[in-house]
Amino acid sequence: MSDETPAIEVRDLTMRYGDRIIMQDINFTVARGEVFVLMGGSGSGKSTLLKHLIGLKSPAQGSILFEGEAFDVTDDAARSRVLRRIGVLYQNGALWSGLTLAENVALPLEEFTELDARTIAEIVSFKLALVGLRGFEDFYPSAISGGMRKRAALARAIALDPDVLFFDEPSSGLDPISASRLDDLILELKASFGTTIVIVTHDLDSIFRVADRALFLDIDTKTATALGPPAELRDHPPNPQVHQFLTRSSEAAS
Amino acid sequence: MHGTEAGVMDAAHAALRTEGDSLVVVIGGKWSLGQAPPRLDALVASGAIGEAGVRRLTFDATGLGPWDSSLLIFLVQCQRYCDEHGLECDRSGLPERTERLLALANAVHDNVQPDPRPRASFVARLGTAVLDGWRSVLTTITFVGEVALSFAGLFTRRNHMRWRQFWVVVQINSSGALPIVTLIALLIGVIIAFLGVVVLKRFGAGYYVSYLVGFGMLREMAALMTGIIIAGRTGAAFAAELGTMKVTEEIDAYTTLGVSPIDHLVLPRILGLFLMMPLLTLYADFVGIAGGMLVSRALLELSYTQFMNGLLAAVTISDALLGLLKGTIFGLIVGVAGCMKGLQGGSDASAVGRAATAAVVLGITLIIAANAVIDWLAALVNV
Repeated sequence: MSDETPAIEVRDLTMRYGDRIIMQDINFTVARGEVFVLMGGSGSGKSTLLKHLIGLKSPAQGSILFEGEAFDVTDDAARSRVLRRIGVLYQNGALWSGLTLAENVALPLEEFTELDARTIAEIVSFKLALVGLRGFEDFYPSAISGGMRKRAALARAIALDPDVLFFDEPSSGLDPISASRLDDLILELKASFGTTIVIVTHDLDSIFRVADRALFLDIDTKTATALGPPAELRDHPPNPQVHQFLTRSSEAAS
Repeated sequence: MHGTEAGVMDAAHAALRTEGDSLVVVIGGKWSLGQAPPRLDALVASGAIGEAGVRRLTFDATGLGPWDSSLLIFLVQCQRYCDEHGLECDRSGLPERTERLLALANAVHDNVQPDPRPRASFVARLGTAVLDGWRSVLTTITFVGEVALSFAGLFTRRNHMRWRQFWVVVQINSSGALPIVTLIALLIGVIIAFLGVVVLKRFGAGYYVSYLVGFGMLREMAALMTGIIIAGRTGAAFAAELGTMKVTEEIDAYTTLGVSPIDHLVLPRILGLFLMMPLLTLYADFVGIAGGMLVSRALLELSYTQFMNGLLAAVTISDALLGLLKGTIFGLIVGVAGCMKGLQGGSDASAVGRAATAAVVLGITLIIAANAVIDWLAALVNV
């Protein structure tokens, strides 16, 4: 596997719920170490596309390759190898409510590594510190605020230093300072570990700040209508919808 | 993980050496969470260093390959060691990225606010428990009162009842509940008949098994067993539904609209059960008697006609009505317990489970207690 193999490659993907087509003919690649944003209006299928990328849904047509290997494999061992290398931050955090924050973050480490309890505890403390939650190890998710929950969920997502990180609406429910800190952390993870990062968002500030490239999903044509660096898309929009979206205007460009 | 240098590397290793007043930590190899990283305390314990005169800790990372969080926690250990021994920690020999990540980890943190209340003494906890118990009695009474007011509102047309929800409850407790009620009532009828056959035969009074089945089913078991089934089935469902609505703030949405959740959510459910419980009890009466009849015929060779003659000679309509009254009251109890526990739930996933458990426990306990009270009153008035 050479370094040129893209981290993620999506070919001719069609997504369906039952008979209803959500999106069709989607093609894109995410290079290693890239911050890639999936953007589009509400209901355009961004989150559904994310579910396909992380293997929660199988494509109706087309294929998704994770470092050249099909992800929706039935082979449990191969699936587990892929899952060990990705981290997902869900929209509402999805912390396990019956476990403390430390137990939440420790669980992937216990499942996938042979490390001893003391080392795991140190990693857990460090990851929680990275997201600004030092000292909250023994708290239950119900005892902290929504923004803190989201950050704790991020600590869980990066517990195993994943090669690819997926974020579903990372800034929703965060105050501007926390959201900006999260962007810092995203850039830092990319720079330090070369982590590939895929973000579903419609937070423009965050898109312009962190994204290397962005894919625009159009709800009317049910396909991806633009792909490129966000600033370039804003300055030379390929279609009126992209212009509207990136300039936050309610009228289509003339 | 991509570090600063690519290529095949040996496993992570670390060593200590002293250089003048500096303790140099030499790190190298590929640091990965996949294998256990070296620990500073193990290096120190191996006793390679003389601590005297050491003032600084420095790093030599020339042999360092790719690294991940395992290196960072090693550096955290080094920092802690420096703090504990009053050494200056000089991380200039490390990749710049480690410094930035460590700085991020040391940036502003939310303040931990630990629970300031110390653990209470036994007496205090006992007192709190009693007060909590009393408070829950009061909330139960309040809740029943609110339901009663909401019910009265139906007649003053103040309350716009959700009839659709009412019919959903009716449907769930009619065709939906019949299989389980049939099975349980049949078995209870069979069990009572077996008891009668075994005990009454000893006195040569096998014929009277029909009396026992008749009184047992109509007065007691049909209503009691149906109540317990519905408490486990529908009471738990009410608590889980309303508990989930509480978690997703749907209850708050009603309240802030000035619309009573009791009118919209609780009353249709309780009325649905109120209507269906006597019908289910009546059905259980018939099925249970049929079960008793089958056993009597098989074991005593008592014909169906003989059985029915005996039964009709003994039981009166008031026995059957007493059972139906009990069923109705049990329906109210299950509905109130389920809805109340659901609305009182907390705001996380486990709270829904607790609400459902509490609803079933409370429902069954109150059903059995109410059964005893009703039997006592019936004995007093000779019904």
